[in-house]
Amino acid sequence: MREVAVIGVGATKFGELWEKSFRSLGLEAGMKAMEDANLSGSEVDGLFIGNMSAGRFINQQHIDALIADYSGMATNHIPATRVEAGGASGGVAFRQGVMAVASGMHDVVLVGGAEKMTDLDDTSINHIMDSTADAEWEAGMGLTLASLHAMIARRLIHEGVATREEIASVAVNSHFHGELNPGAQFRKAVPIETVLRSGPVADPLGVFDCAPISDGAAAVVLCPLSEAKRYTDRYVKVSAVAQASDTLALFQRRDITRFGATAAAAERAYAAAGISASDISVAEVHDDYTVSGILALQDLGICARGEAGKAFLSGATRVGSGKVAVNTSGGLKARGYPIGAAGVAQIAEITEQLRGTADKRQVKDARYGLAQSVGGTGSAVTVSILEAV
Amino acid sequence: MSSVAREWREIPGRYNLEGSKCGCCGQVYFPRRDFCPKCRRDGIGKVSPYKIDRSGEIFSFSIVYESPECNSFLKPYAVALVKTGDGALVAGQLVDVDLEKISIGMPVRAVLRKLDADGASGVIHYGFKFAPAL
Repeated sequence: MREVAVIGVGATKFGELWEKSFRSLGLEAGMKAMEDANLSGSEVDGLFIGNMSAGRFINQQHIDALIADYSGMATNHIPATRVEAGGASGGVAFRQGVMAVASGMHDVVLVGGAEKMTDLDDTSINHIMDSTADAEWEAGMGLTLASLHAMIARRLIHEGVATREEIASVAVNSHFHGELNPGAQFRKAVPIETVLRSGPVADPLGVFDCAPISDGAAAVVLCPLSEAKRYTDRYVKVSAVAQASDTLALFQRRDITRFGATAAAAERAYAAAGISASDISVAEVHDDYTVSGILALQDLGICARGEAGKAFLSGATRVGSGKVAVNTSGGLKARGYPIGAAGVAQIAEITEQLRGTADKRQVKDARYGLAQSVGGTGSAVTVSILEAV
Repeated sequence: MSSVAREWREIPGRYNLEGSKCGCCGQVYFPRRDFCPKCRRDGIGKVSPYKIDRSGEIFSFSIVYESPECNSFLKPYAVALVKTGDGALVAGQLVDVDLEKISIGMPVRAVLRKLDADGASGVIHYGFKFAPAL
C-alpha cells in the first residue's frame, strides 16, 4: 500500500447558517480545501462525502451526485460516494478516501463531510439523532440518544470513575478552545457553573453537556505521500486510519463505562503508526456529549481509567497546559456538530496543528495528532493518526 | 409513523419480552436473534425463542426532559437499563415511580403499557415498561 498525505483542508463556519443551503456549504468547504492544496480541481479523481441524514434533514437523497455536480466534479464524471455511519460518518468517509489512495485506485481524492440540520425544528432533529441508536429497541421504547449517554454518565459516577464536575469540565475545555477558533459556533469560554446549572436534557446531563445542532461542512484533499511536494510544502502524513464496530444498542454490552470500539480502533491505529498513546500531542475527540470526552481519553489510552476527568477539570487538556491538548478546535461542543462534517473537520484541525497553521490555538512542536469519530453509543468508531513531516 | 406490519411482527418481544436462547452456549438474547454472535455457524438451528425474566434491577437510569413528540405529554419521564434475573440488559421506560426516588439496584418488573400512537386515528403501540417491584 502507498503512504498517504493530507495536502489541503477547508471548512465553513459551523452554526445556525440559515442563509446557506446544503449544496452551498459543501461547495464552500471543498473550494477552500482545493485552494489550500493549490489544485485546480481537474486533478481530483475520487470524491467521498460523509453525511448522516440529508434524506431526513432536507429530504434529499443521492447527495453524492449533488456534491459532485455542484463542485464541478461531475463534468469529469469522477466517482462520488456518500458514506453514512451515524456520528462517525465523517471519520469513516476519511478512512474510505485514505484507502482509495493507499490502494492505488485513486491518486487525488477529495473527502468532504456536510450536514444541514437547522431547516427542521429541534424535536424533529433530536428524533433523527435518536435513530443512530437502536430505532426499534432503544428509540422506539422512548429512550433518547441523550438519555443513553446520561445513563453512561450515571454509571461512571456510580462506579467512581468520574465525578459530575469532571464530566461537566469537558464542555468547559471545549468552550475554552472555541473562543480561540474563528470558525466555531460558540466563541465564548464558560465557567463550570454554567454547565452544571444549565437546563436539564436527560438527567444528569444538561443543555451544556450536549453538542449543539449545527449546519456546516469540511473537506480535506489526499494524495500519495510521494506526490505531495508536487502540490504544496504544507502537508502531513496519514500514519493510521483504523475503524472498529460494536453492538448497535448500548444495552447489549455488559460494561457501559467504556467504548470497546474506541479501544479496538486505537490499538489498531497505534500499531499501524508504530507509536503508543504517549506519543500523541494533540487530539480531537468526539464530545457529542461531555461524558463521551471522558470515555474517549480513557479508551484511547491517553488517560488511565479514573484520570480523564481529572485531566479535564484541572485544565491539563488545554493548549499549552499539559501533555496532550484536547479538542483545540472547540470540539463538537463549541465548534459545532454538523454530524457528517464533524469527523472531517477533526482531520482539518489536526492537519492545521501539525503544519503549524492553527494560529491562537497552536500546540507547540506537535509531531503526532489523533482524531476519534464516534457513531451512536460507540457502535462505530474511527481513530486516525496524522504525523508532521 | 410506522406500519401495522412493523408493529405486529415485534409483538412477541414488545408484549411478552420474548428473546432468544442459544442451545449451543446457553447465552440469552433480547431482542430476538436468529443467529448467535458467539457460536456463529455452530449455533445455527439451535437458537430458540426464550421469554426473559420480567423482573430485575435498575442498572442505570435517566430522567428525560427533552423527548420525542410522541412522549411530550409524559415529560419529564424516567428511562432505565434493567438487568433482568437471567442476566440480560433491557432498555425501557420507568413508570409508577417517584422520579426523586429512583436508584441503581432498585428492583423492578416489566408491565404492559401504551408506548405511543400514530396520530389520532393510527396504530397504538403497546409494549413493556418497568415499574417498581412490590
